[in-house]
Amino acid sequence: MSDAAHAHDDHGHHAHPTGIMRWLTTTNHKDIGSLYLWFSLIMLFTAGSMALLIRSELFEPGMQLMHPDFFNQLTTMHGLIMIFGVIMPAFTGFANWQVPLMIGAPDMAFPRMNNWSFWLLPVAGIMLLGSFWLPGGAVAGGWTMYPPLFIQGGVSYDLTILAVHIMGLSSIMGSINIITTILNMRAPGLTLMKMPMFVWTWLITAYLLIATMPVLAGAVTMLLTDRNFGTHFFNAAGGGDPVMFQHIFWFFGHPEVYILILPAFGIVSQIIPTFSRKPLFGYASMVYATASIAILSFTVWAHHMFAVGMPVAAQLFFMFSTMLIAVPTGVKVFNWVATMWKGSLTFETPMLFAIAFVCLFTIGGFSGLVLAMAPVDIQLQDTYYVVAHFHYVLVSGALFSIFAGIYYWLPKWTGHMYNETLGKTHFWLSVIGMNIVFFPMHFLGLAGMPRRIPDYALQFTEFNQIATVGAFIFGFSQLIFLVLVLKTIKGGAKASDQVWEGAQGLEWTVPSPAPYHTFETAPVVK
Amino acid sequence: MSLAQTDKYYLPQPSLWPIIGSVALLTMAVGGVMAMHEINHGLWVLLAGVAVLFFMMFGWFGEVIRDSEAGRYNKQVDSSYRWSMSWFIFSEVMFFAAFFGALFYTRVLSVPWLGESDTMQQLWPTFKAAWPTAGPGLTADGLKFTPMEAWGIPAINTLLLLSSGVTVTWAHWGLKKNNRMQLILGLGMTVTLGVVFLCLQAYEYHHAYTQMGLTLGAGVYGATFFMLTGFHGFHVLVGTTMLIVMLLRSIAGHFTAEHHFAFEAVSWYWHFVDVVWVLLFILVYWLI
Amino acid sequence: MKSMWQRAGVMGAVWAASQSALADYAYNLQEPASQVAREVFHLHNLIMLVCVGIFIIVFGMMFYSLIKHRKSVGHKAAHFHENTTVEIIWTIIPFIILVGMAYPAAKVVIEMKDTSNPDMTVKITGYQWKWGYDYLNEGVHFYSTLATPREQIDGTAAKDEHYLLEVDDPMVVPVGKRVRLLITANDVIHSWWVPAFGVKQDGIPGFIRDSWFKADKIGTYRGQCAELCGKDHGFMPIVVKVVSEEDYKAWVAKKKGSAQAAAADNTKTFDVKELVERGEKVYQANCAACHQANGMGLPGVFPAMNGSKVATGPIAAHINIVVHGGRPGTAMVGFTDRLSDAEIAAVVTYERNAWDNKMGDAAQPADIAAARGGAAVAAAPTAQ
Ligand code: HEA
Ligand code: HEA
Ligand code: HEC
Ligand code: CUA
Ligand SMILES: [Cu+2]
Repeated sequence: MSDAAHAHDDHGHHAHPTGIMRWLTTTNHKDIGSLYLWFSLIMLFTAGSMALLIRSELFEPGMQLMHPDFFNQLTTMHGLIMIFGVIMPAFTGFANWQVPLMIGAPDMAFPRMNNWSFWLLPVAGIMLLGSFWLPGGAVAGGWTMYPPLFIQGGVSYDLTILAVHIMGLSSIMGSINIITTILNMRAPGLTLMKMPMFVWTWLITAYLLIATMPVLAGAVTMLLTDRNFGTHFFNAAGGGDPVMFQHIFWFFGHPEVYILILPAFGIVSQIIPTFSRKPLFGYASMVYATASIAILSFTVWAHHMFAVGMPVAAQLFFMFSTMLIAVPTGVKVFNWVATMWKGSLTFETPMLFAIAFVCLFTIGGFSGLVLAMAPVDIQLQDTYYVVAHFHYVLVSGALFSIFAGIYYWLPKWTGHMYNETLGKTHFWLSVIGMNIVFFPMHFLGLAGMPRRIPDYALQFTEFNQIATVGAFIFGFSQLIFLVLVLKTIKGGAKASDQVWEGAQGLEWTVPSPAPYHTFETAPVVK
Repeated sequence: MSLAQTDKYYLPQPSLWPIIGSVALLTMAVGGVMAMHEINHGLWVLLAGVAVLFFMMFGWFGEVIRDSEAGRYNKQVDSSYRWSMSWFIFSEVMFFAAFFGALFYTRVLSVPWLGESDTMQQLWPTFKAAWPTAGPGLTADGLKFTPMEAWGIPAINTLLLLSSGVTVTWAHWGLKKNNRMQLILGLGMTVTLGVVFLCLQAYEYHHAYTQMGLTLGAGVYGATFFMLTGFHGFHVLVGTTMLIVMLLRSIAGHFTAEHHFAFEAVSWYWHFVDVVWVLLFILVYWLI
Repeated sequence: MKSMWQRAGVMGAVWAASQSALADYAYNLQEPASQVAREVFHLHNLIMLVCVGIFIIVFGMMFYSLIKHRKSVGHKAAHFHENTTVEIIWTIIPFIILVGMAYPAAKVVIEMKDTSNPDMTVKITGYQWKWGYDYLNEGVHFYSTLATPREQIDGTAAKDEHYLLEVDDPMVVPVGKRVRLLITANDVIHSWWVPAFGVKQDGIPGFIRDSWFKADKIGTYRGQCAELCGKDHGFMPIVVKVVSEEDYKAWVAKKKGSAQAAAADNTKTFDVKELVERGEKVYQANCAACHQANGMGLPGVFPAMNGSKVATGPIAAHINIVVHGGRPGTAMVGFTDRLSDAEIAAVVTYERNAWDNKMGDAAQPADIAAARGGAAVAAAPTAQ
């Protein structure tokens, strides 16, 4: 056993624990990828159910279903879980499955740490969701956790702070793992500028995570000590400033929103060339654009704070730098369109989601640009316009890219083709439902409906009703997705190795389903 | 001993340690929250969690060390460790950046704002903005403290840490020359310097609390002072512990002149902690 | 192609729904009532137009490609994948467009931020959950709270036109005057927002931030708190009445009269019954939001008053917590600058004698005055 070669040959399947122990102890990137993705799906239904409760209360004016404080708890937990429990784990799941396959590595660089990165998430999930049952209920201060409101709360606030620490730890370890895998474990010949776009975007995302999660940890640590140990970071009486929290938070928070979109860009950049049967247009400029977005993202944070009353110079600086991000993002959008241009296009479900992504994400990007204009943002800050903006980039952006990616790689993972009819039904219901929920929110925001309110004035009624109806359409169509995934795992038409006619890359050279261990001897890339 | 390097990539077996670590953190978090809210036995739950965490670290690191000594890590693994340690230190840099940022913000922005124009006239009419301060509200309530002076213990501590950077490098030279005496001696000196540093800092804290009125609650000065130096001190503690492990491993005959990344990682960490201290010394102690 | 239909469908649905709308229905920002708001309005229109234009061009191209370059119509894939010229062009053109947008935006920012030469100054303080107004030049001071009755919110009464956007005591300003606002908050961050004036400014506890507006037209303008501030964040509206110069003067005179009457109360002594009656009103207006009308509080968040150790314990401690607040950082911020001596005396007496609390004792305005002068025990975070 002490002989390395022997130990290596030995990890045939008989040596592995089975049942629950397999999942608890696994060091296999594919297992861990699946764990991440399942966790994310469960959390999507959890946080989505909260959204449906929110929308139900907002169906008409007046308080019908719940107490205002509980409404705020739902909003806060919906935001926290969607971001930290759905989108980020889903992307990490993709990274786990795909990065080793795409770069020809046998596994992640640190398989044991990989396991821990995942198994910290359920811990944080238990702490967040469990706090609903504590005295005073879950946190109700918004996912942005602004003090002094966040200082007022009870037990669950401290629990949430620690949960954020744990999720941060998980993200940092996960990112170190991914970054190391990408930098150090590529197959011979696979130079950086030959890497698939998805790998590139994750490399940059991992860098963003390592740079910002510790800052978030610092911010919530200060909250914790202000709450429990008598410090005055965010209290003017002691010389601190509540706004300081916002600066530190958004220094993390803005790069965070690109953490939520860059891997999406990567997934879409894999899918569009495949179904256009044409290589990605402007690969190099895609890489540079992604890097520019990441770098710029550290200079724009205070666009979330135009209403706090910053000096005029700061107001202008953050306005200009924010607008600048439209340039590299535009480059990406144009490149995708140019990839489709003169291709030989087919419209399987992954492609449909990818096209909807490009189109609807851009709507979200444009509303972001509207918000970037400081004077306009002063009108729109903390209204439903912002809610519309970020759901366009998060739902039809991040979430749709996740759907697209699942449809794209599911045949490779399970060895079965999914049911295309179900997939298309899911797509159309989602895309229609999504627009019905979130498009009217632009009008609500412009007309002056604040966000995070459980009850509203009469003139906002109709659009809210439309949105609520849309939410139920959108929400329940996700059950189709669940059914589809389960069916595909159970059976279905056999998938070929290449799966898609136009698919290029190492992952399509291994059998479908991808065997438990792949690339134990590295492939050579010309 | 670890000459038997293989070309094959080493994939570790399934491991129970991570899930044990998760249980540990859950227990610690729940215990910590209970303790902060003065719920019965909170502290015990917290300590139980810490105990499990230590158990996990012993087990996990032990496994890694055994793998390493058995020569299962090839060049590629070694280089993975280098990358990952660098990124880990970068994440630590960003953690400290948050607190340095808070220091900068309060000193340069929020405290002056509190003492000028409308904010001062309307809300804090008697406040004179100056650093260090405990802030307008607390000062008005009679809070008084003496700021920490740079040229006493802190200066000595600077010398200690800077010398420890030298001794750890000297130990590294010894290792590279296969001079085990030099390695052990160098590490021993480094550990000693680290421990003395910690003792002096403990004394400084005690003095601040009992004699100077300088506490965590002494406004933003107290908060930034203790959080920055406190987190740094905690890192020194962790670094010293790791150095002790390296010392024990060196005594046990681990490491070779070519193959000793664990040692190097600890020394990188130690240098990082050093640099943070120099910044602290300048920005927190000296330039007040 | 399909996606376009689907958006058309949404727009159609939205349009159809709008036809059945009762109230003034809006797809754009509210009608501006100040110069700044008007500029913001136009700025928004401009940016919208630019974005819609770009959208049509880019996605026109994409949908053209989706239709023409389909495999099913037999299109064969071309193999180009780079073109430095177009890539440079589509980097530069957006940049130029952005500069074109940044210029007018910067002008508006600078105008918004210029608070010099005001005709009058009003200090606005956000509280959980009401607004306090201090007319610094006139010495007028009052609070403004939601006026919508509970029954309308619970759905047991019909909702009137200005549901949730009505207050008991609105802010009043003269038309055409530059009003400078000094905005702050007492407990957590609130945000004072009146869309028609183009003003939104967060109130930061412990800091003053300023803003300004000049209303064009006489009328009533409504807004809401625009920063999550806890349970009743959705229930702290803002109403500003813009009136003529004469009406404004009359209003100031009336306000001053009632302030004198209130001051006179502070020197009187009342009997328990009088205090309890008055205290109930004060309690409903100031305390019930947290401690609930029935005195039961919200377990884990706001303590019950019914049977509270404080409300049934020594009266000095009770007075102290109402005047100076609870533990630092809790939502219980002292009422020292929000309620008069008489009001605090009344509410304390009420709490000691309402529900199951049967203390029978009373606090007098003089006791409160004494407590105010006394040492601030564990002063609330924003003690002034
Ligand atoms: C995936 C997440 C994501 C992404 C990608 C973005 C992208 C952008 N966001 Fe968004 N944003 C959020 C998530 C995201 N945002 C969230 C969650 C919040 C709210 C947080 C909270 O308060 O709870 C928020 C809030 C938010 C605000 C604060 C609003 C407020 O609270 O008042 C602002 C203001 O500037 C903003 C701006 C932008 C901009 C300019 C972009 C840009 O990156 C967009 C760039 C893209 C385009 C512009 C489209 C494509 C470009 C072209 C086709 C080129 C040609 C275009 C031109 C020349 C115009 N966002
Ligand atoms: C990626 C992130 C993400 C995603 C995917 C979503 C998805 C949705 N969001 Fe949300 N949202 C945020 C991130 C996200 N959101 C954030 C960050 C905030 C800000 C929070 C804050 O202010 O602090 C927010 C706030 C927010 C608000 C504003 C609340 C307020 O200001 O008070 C609203 C209101 O309509 C809303 C609605 C929705 C809806 C209808 C969906 C839909 O897409 C959801 C679709 C529903 C499902 C997918 C669930 C399906 C469930 C079933 C079919 C039931 C079956 C149940 C079981 C089997 C258990 N979201
Ligand atoms: C914004 C919410 C809020 C409002 C409004 C409020 N309180 Fe409180 N109150 C609290 C909280 C929270 C506490 C607990 C404070 C603590 O733990 O120190 C509290 C505690 C108290 C206590 C001590 C109760 C005990 O048993 O410990 C009294 C008495 C009290 N409030 C009276 C009042 C009165 C009188 C008013 C109105 C004039 C009022 N409160 C308005 C939130 C509020
Ligand atoms: Cu006050 Cu929201
Ligand atoms: Cu942002």
